[in-house]
Amino acid sequence: HPCAAKSSGRGSTEYSRRYISYPDGFWDILEERRRTSDLSHALRTFNPQPYKGAPPCSSSELNRAVLESQFLRHVVKEVSAESGEPVEVVRDEASGLLEEMSQNLQLTFIRLLGFSLSKVFKRLFQKILINEEGLNRLQQAIPEHPVILMPNHRSYIDFLVLSYIMFTYDLPIPVIAAGIPLMSMKLIGEIFRRSGAFFIRRAIGDDKLYWALLSEYVRTIVRIGFAPVEFFVEGLRSRTLKSLPPKLGMMHMVLEPFLKGEVYDISLVPISISYDRVLEESLLAHELLGVPKPKETTRGLLKARKILEDDYGSMHVCFGEPLSVRGLAKGTVNRWQYNLVPRDLPAKPSEETLGFVSGVAHLVVRLQEKGMVLSPWSLIATVLLQNPLGMDLDALIQRTCWLRELVEGFGAVLHWTGQVPACEVVLSSLSRHHSVVRCEKGRVTLVEEAGASPATPEEGVFRRAAAVLMCASYRNQALHVFVRPALVATAITSPTVTDEDIFAHFQFLQDVFSNEFIFIPGTSHQDFEEGCSSLRKCGAVQVCDQQIRVTEEGKDTIFFLTAVLEPFIQTYQVTRDFEALSSDVQKNVLSGLVRMGGVTKLKK
Amino acid sequence: MASIGDGSERQRIAQQRLRVLAGHLRRLGAEERPGVAAQECRAGAGTTEPDDKPPCSVPKRRQDIMKWNGWGYADSKFFFNKKGQGEFTGKRYRLSGLILPSLKDWFEGTFGANLQHKSPAVPSLNTSAVAPPSLNEAFVEELKSTGIPFSHDTEDRVFRAHGHCLHEIFSLRDGRVGRCPDMVVWPNCHNDVVKIVELACKHSVCLIPYGGGTSVSSALECPPEETRSIVSLDTSQMNRILWIDEKNLTAHVEAGIIGQDLERLLNESGYCTGHEPDSMEFSSLGGWVATRASGMKKNIYGNIEDLVVHIKMVTPRGVIEKSCQGPRMSTGPDIHHFILGSEGTLGVVTEVTLKIRPIPEYQKYGSVVFPNFQQGVACLREVAKQRCAPASIRLMDNEQFQFGHALKPQVSSIFTSFLDGLKKFYITKFKGFDPHHLCVATLLFEGDREKVLQHEKLVYDIAAKFGGLAAGEDNGQRGYMLTFVIAYLRDLGMEYYVIGESFETSVPWDRVLDLCRNVKERIVRECKEKGVQFPPLSTCRVTQTYDAGACVYFYFAFNYRGLSDPVHVYEQVEHAAREEILANGGSLSHHHGVGKLRKEWMQETISSVGLGMLKSVKDYLDPNNIFGNRNLL
Repeated sequence: HPCAAKSSGRGSTEYSRRYISYPDGFWDILEERRRTSDLSHALRTFNPQPYKGAPPCSSSELNRAVLESQFLRHVVKEVSAESGEPVEVVRDEASGLLEEMSQNLQLTFIRLLGFSLSKVFKRLFQKILINEEGLNRLQQAIPEHPVILMPNHRSYIDFLVLSYIMFTYDLPIPVIAAGIPLMSMKLIGEIFRRSGAFFIRRAIGDDKLYWALLSEYVRTIVRIGFAPVEFFVEGLRSRTLKSLPPKLGMMHMVLEPFLKGEVYDISLVPISISYDRVLEESLLAHELLGVPKPKETTRGLLKARKILEDDYGSMHVCFGEPLSVRGLAKGTVNRWQYNLVPRDLPAKPSEETLGFVSGVAHLVVRLQEKGMVLSPWSLIATVLLQNPLGMDLDALIQRTCWLRELVEGFGAVLHWTGQVPACEVVLSSLSRHHSVVRCEKGRVTLVEEAGASPATPEEGVFRRAAAVLMCASYRNQALHVFVRPALVATAITSPTVTDEDIFAHFQFLQDVFSNEFIFIPGTSHQDFEEGCSSLRKCGAVQVCDQQIRVTEEGKDTIFFLTAVLEPFIQTYQVTRDFEALSSDVQKNVLSGLVRMGGVTKLKK
Repeated sequence: MASIGDGSERQRIAQQRLRVLAGHLRRLGAEERPGVAAQECRAGAGTTEPDDKPPCSVPKRRQDIMKWNGWGYADSKFFFNKKGQGEFTGKRYRLSGLILPSLKDWFEGTFGANLQHKSPAVPSLNTSAVAPPSLNEAFVEELKSTGIPFSHDTEDRVFRAHGHCLHEIFSLRDGRVGRCPDMVVWPNCHNDVVKIVELACKHSVCLIPYGGGTSVSSALECPPEETRSIVSLDTSQMNRILWIDEKNLTAHVEAGIIGQDLERLLNESGYCTGHEPDSMEFSSLGGWVATRASGMKKNIYGNIEDLVVHIKMVTPRGVIEKSCQGPRMSTGPDIHHFILGSEGTLGVVTEVTLKIRPIPEYQKYGSVVFPNFQQGVACLREVAKQRCAPASIRLMDNEQFQFGHALKPQVSSIFTSFLDGLKKFYITKFKGFDPHHLCVATLLFEGDREKVLQHEKLVYDIAAKFGGLAAGEDNGQRGYMLTFVIAYLRDLGMEYYVIGESFETSVPWDRVLDLCRNVKERIVRECKEKGVQFPPLSTCRVTQTYDAGACVYFYFAFNYRGLSDPVHVYEQVEHAAREEILANGGSLSHHHGVGKLRKEWMQETISSVGLGMLKSVKDYLDPNNIFGNRNLL
């Protein structure tokens, strides 16, 4: 076991004991941090095995390679011709932009970060659980091909935790694509930069020079392969804790070196980070209700120290199976298309390439979803949302247990070890989420935000909505487990749908909700099959003679599943619902409607 | 280290001049022929051997001196002697009779092979395993009346049923013979070919032209679906130089002549073509034309398409040729380019007028060691950019460099081995070259002495800019020798469960490195995936430089112990490697041709319209598919 061998002072008996206590193969990295010195951890010898043949490359060398590339020289000339500015001016501008963007990875800062993060993580989390098997696979992948780490994005914590894990396990520190707001934080921005972050402006639009710089920068890193690249394919933190439809720009940049034959293969590693409780939960809910996100400032961060005092349960980091881009491209993309134009000239990607990029990006998000470890709290939130007036604790426990069985049947991994009694699990979840729920006299209800009694009815609505949205966010973490069977359930129970039309209706719903949930384009049939087989396995339906029938004992399940989708369906029908106030939902509804031709988009 | 020593060099030049002079004198004295002479074909009355026939290095009965199930001469082969040392038999090559002490270690180390594990071939051709010929009686009758020699002897037929693809040789070693030509016919001149083609059309017989038999594209394989009688048209007896035009420096030659004979005969007159494909010992002029061959020294002399001035080809529709020998014409698309690369699908090339050059006064080998392949490629690119490439410049990768070393003959003196050790120490320790990354470029300069030395300096200066160190003539010469013996080495490998082959491509400069890396890696991974138990040898070299790109040559071999169908595995891997080449911007072939082996990619390669154009040419020239080898299209 190479990873185990690397960590100091771990006897094999201890190893097996721990392995047994986490039967799903997860392992707590904080455990050792609680036992041994953080300082010696931070100062440990760090000697990772890099991608084969990758020479060490300083950030200034990297920047020079980017600026001097044929591609950039060409774009600079073009931009200069278009804008009328002299080439030197454009080149200087490019150089300035690159300076703003570039990372400056330094081991000293990784050590500093390692030390501080050990402290912070131990305060925040009971455990940080990672799947060792996945880490082993990653370790084997790194020397073979350039590796792209692709975590989902739920919290600011996501940013650093991977670097922390890589450092702990003697793996090369990744360079991380980060949003520019982070950079503007005094000190913190610089620390991030030296920990390997590079900064990307939001809303680049059609700034040709910036696009060129960014893409050449990313491609150069992948080509040279001196460090893994980490980026969030969802583009930004998901305010709803639901997976976001992937952004394709960065994905394309990362894949291009393979498509153009500049590297033999690239490994994409989907990484699923799941939290029992998200640090920013209430901020996120407020943002969804239209309260502007507070500007990221160092002062703000310091003020947020008080969150250190709360209990955030466990965090799971699940490293997925590395995907070979070469394998994915086989039979999908014809690489001959790059034969006729010099590879280092800007060219519009073909339809085929764009389709491939989109397919890969969606697949990665799907795999992130599949690797998520669900917290029991997600189940509780799901149940509570279906009983908005609150419910008895016993009923809640019973329903949660029922739901546990259902989701496990659907193949989800749950952070709920067998031995612990259900009531204990539910109670500890409730107490961890005291900001959202309250349990009084055996009855569990949603908590409205504290504060003076609402001055206006609007404020009352606002507070109530914030609570519901927080709860909904945690339910959202489990939605990907339900969505396929739920869509089938909705299709088969829809009164106007005949047997022949079930699949068509399923497809219609998928189309409507394609911004809301992640479906890999062109895989409706598999999705439908998956939904049906989930329902069949849990006994909710029977399939005979090509007909799907709800069984007697399955009615409850079907009812539950349709109820899961109900808020979305209603929202899309633009009835009044608290969730309709979420700007995220509104945006998705709008784009869904635009796509279906229900409304048209006018340029402002 | 650049020259062996002036004394021996001067001696060599003197000898060469003497030879040249002797050639001139002989011609002036003994013959009445003027400088430009024409010769009539003396076909007709069943003469077997024309008396003015020059001695041919490969006889009509190939079986007399050639291997029936391997490469080249029967008397020349590698083997491991009782002490386990490599040896090369015969007297024909520089390596012949020498002991190669490092071959065994390299061989066992590279392939995981073991001298105890042998995979011997069947000892001789079992003629009863060959299907009897299906003869077209009417054709045979009429052919007899022309007096053109023919045969349906089994050995004659088997020898002309294959080229040198791995699967072809592997089957023969196994004693398996597929569909063979039903008879072999040996025309003596252009008019004989005209008659044969007429008869074939009249009696609906399938003709497959055969030159030197060195094809590596399955081009000589008889299509199994062919129901007509198949006649192999062996051009080997059309091997005369018909005239030499010293004013225009051209020679008119019958297309069946093989490379070594052509060069030898021209040398006797003080000339050369300078066209030296790796197969030149056996391949024929007509074959070069039909496959668009490339020669090692093309930087000076050009490839075959640059060398031909005039081509005569017999097609079912008639004879195609141009009316004059103008050095360049604007008369519509060049009809030569329908013939060049037609791979025997349109007719038989019978006579070719070629450019010739006086024999160069001075020749010098050389070599440069680079710290890694990237630097080497960068250097070759620069040399191409400055258009100062020597007659030949080739860059071997690290694996091939080591391969070359395995063929170093036993050194006679302690002093030489001490010097070798010193050189190695200088390069690896003093200069810090990693022996597992360094690679070597081999060079060949030609011309008059002064210019060669100047040229040499220019090239070495460029090399130095890329970290290259001059590494002596010996290394260079050994590199070129490797070319001629590599095919013999494959036969040795096949004795010990090792199979392999080479294939080539051409690619723009900016993609050379990516292509080399990706194809080599693809080979290694495909082998692993297909269950090959040992890591394969997967190596490449850049063999030609052009203004806009380079020719890259791959060697690929593996130990097949434990595989039930090694040839199939081999073919799958080669197929994957070709796909990888194409996906990395490489061409389908630089000079081996398409044959039947690479046909499946033709449409994507030249577009369906392009393919349609070629098909319409075929339809016009040969509507009944008399030339039915089914290559190319």
